[in-house]
Amino acid sequence: MSTASAGAGAVRAQVPSGAPPDLRDAAAKAGRSDRAKSEARLGWLLAGPAFVVMLSVTLYPIIQAFFDSLYHYRLTAPDDKRWAGLSNYAVVLTDPIFWQALGVTLFITVITVVCELILGFALALVMHGAIKSLRGLLRTAILVPYGIITVVSAFAWFYAFDINSGFINHWFAWVPGISEDLNWFASQGTSLVVIIMSEIWKTTPFISLLLLAGLSQVPTELEEAAEVDGATWWQRLTRVVLPNMKAAIMVAVLFRTLDAFRIFDNVFIMTNGANGTEVLSLLTYRTSIGRLEIGLGSALSVLLFLCVILICWIAIKLFKVDLAGGARGAS
Amino acid sequence: MRRRSRALALVVGLAVVAPLAACAGEGSGTPKLIWYINPDDGGQAAIAKECTEQAGGAYKLEVSVLPRDASAQREQLARRLAAADSSIDIMSLDPPFIPEMAEPGFLAPVPDDVAERVSKDVVAGALAGATWNDKLVTVPFWANTQLLWYRKSVAAAAGLDPSKTPVTWDQIMTAAKDQDKYLAVQGTKAESLTVWINALVASAGGQIIENPEAPADEITLGLDSPAGEAAATIIGTIGKENLGGPGLPTEDEGASLSVFQGDKGSFMVNWPFVWSATKAGVEDGTFPQALLDDFGWALYPQVTADQESAPPYGGINLGIGAYSKHVDLAFQAAECIVTPEHQATYFATNGNPPSNTTAYDDPAVKEAFPMADVIRESLELAAPRPQTPYYNEVSTGLQQTWHPPSSVNPGTTPKESTDLITAVLRGEQLL
Repeated sequence: MSTASAGAGAVRAQVPSGAPPDLRDAAAKAGRSDRAKSEARLGWLLAGPAFVVMLSVTLYPIIQAFFDSLYHYRLTAPDDKRWAGLSNYAVVLTDPIFWQALGVTLFITVITVVCELILGFALALVMHGAIKSLRGLLRTAILVPYGIITVVSAFAWFYAFDINSGFINHWFAWVPGISEDLNWFASQGTSLVVIIMSEIWKTTPFISLLLLAGLSQVPTELEEAAEVDGATWWQRLTRVVLPNMKAAIMVAVLFRTLDAFRIFDNVFIMTNGANGTEVLSLLTYRTSIGRLEIGLGSALSVLLFLCVILICWIAIKLFKVDLAGGARGAS
Repeated sequence: MRRRSRALALVVGLAVVAPLAACAGEGSGTPKLIWYINPDDGGQAAIAKECTEQAGGAYKLEVSVLPRDASAQREQLARRLAAADSSIDIMSLDPPFIPEMAEPGFLAPVPDDVAERVSKDVVAGALAGATWNDKLVTVPFWANTQLLWYRKSVAAAAGLDPSKTPVTWDQIMTAAKDQDKYLAVQGTKAESLTVWINALVASAGGQIIENPEAPADEITLGLDSPAGEAAATIIGTIGKENLGGPGLPTEDEGASLSVFQGDKGSFMVNWPFVWSATKAGVEDGTFPQALLDDFGWALYPQVTADQESAPPYGGINLGIGAYSKHVDLAFQAAECIVTPEHQATYFATNGNPPSNTTAYDDPAVKEAFPMADVIRESLELAAPRPQTPYYNEVSTGLQQTWHPPSSVNPGTTPKESTDLITAVLRGEQLL
């Protein structure tokens, strides 16, 4: 695929950039060699089935959700289904519950991504700098939390902090603010602390792995040259290493932001949205699955989807994340 | 190469045909009924086996286990029935969710003769819970209720004897405070909180919904009333004065039992499973026999001294799937499941009380549960939670506004929950 695209791109480059689009396309088509055409065809044949499957499992539900969001539709009252227009969206967007859930989701997203980026980079540096014999063991050890199913890790954290069965209060009773009687899941602040810590513990390895891949792409000659020129460790990091792995960092941030924004498991298991810890995914789930309000729930799903698209757009257009470059860096 | 391809084609062909042949065989033999059950200690599976044997080849009853959480059971059943799932023959249903299943016609109508037979000798609370729009829509199976459990030593020190004289919430709150003990109540943001609120409102002579059979946008709530205020006063005081201990905002039935079994245990409202669970703990050496000997039980506490309490009602009824291919056989099987003998055995082995009063005379029941008579009396007084197709909205709305208990204010909370639930039912607000 990439060869075919590159070939087509090369032909396009010969047509003046000021020429009309039709002319440029015609020139590109006419200039394609047989080999390029057959490669393009092969590319479509190889990627086509996956593309069709992707469309059927993603595009179809998205269209269906949008369609359902235009109706007052409750699963247990199918006969009462009636046209709602955009009123479901009006209900959602004028409700403080939605905005509070959005606020909590953004708060969790920002805090977790920032902490994970710092911790993940530190871990990536440790893994990168470790001696060869220890590298495998170190990478495996760091990756263990990421290999645990999120629901299982959420339960583990919940039981560790639970006032009845947990050991955290007992172990850390000497820390100011923590006592045997501290109920972590009884207020918003402490609940969010546990949820965020669990999230960071679980997904920092993912970021560190992406950053490690970016780190290994930085040419060692550049670092060596800077060292010879007398640059300190900090200068080498900020002037040489970080600028050279910008693409990997941005891809890691984008992937993790999208992931963190859709947080569900930890909140569902630990508080089920109590004490002002409700996040957007949980609100959507409770509306669609719990209340069986398909219309209202679909409107929430569509809005959640639009938020995710917005994050992608901001990352790609405003922060110029080069997904292809990042992917190459990460591979 | 060609030979290998043929062999591969043969294997693939057999793999495709074999399951189809199995399906063909299934239709010709004894009809298979699937009973979707809530998780238990194997009692429902044992009953299914007995009924299959008693049916003499008329049907084969098999169980399939639903999720542990009652609301998750409802979600799964509602979604499958909305898709006209014909594999659901019999289902164990939590009473509050019955109207939601009955209203859209997900439950097969109970024939009059069956209704007459399965209603005989059934406690009032269980019959009310199995009814929707004045018609029996499910078959009453087992009926649960909460009792007041107390540590005899604590009650005696406080000068109370709940087994002789009914006690009020004020009395047990004062006793727990004076003795520096914790009350074990369910303050977590879950269904158990709704159970508590409903019992308090009903015990104060009120009801959460005044017209439960009305359409969603016409439902009126009875919370903003003296009964609602009385309920909010009790919950708010327990929360604000820390009478339930620091674990109250996350305390469910299991956590309540742990508090009650601990050094600070005093009074607890809970289902009868607490007795069998503690007894099992004593038998395996986790708890001393003295703990079990210190257990006392009585009717649910009253809100006022001059009015009987209305304890919580729970349990399981059997619904027959409207899309089942064997509705008649499913009713036959349901009648077999709920015989007083089966209910008595189920109570003695699994700790779930019968809905049929005659089952309480079984000696095995009296041996396993010395408080069986109090349970039966409590079931006669019990008040079901609001019977409405919109129960989920009502229950979740209550949990949103009455949690945590320390935030409950008699002057504002009942009105807040009334406003929220009304707006949600009218489709004007999210929940």
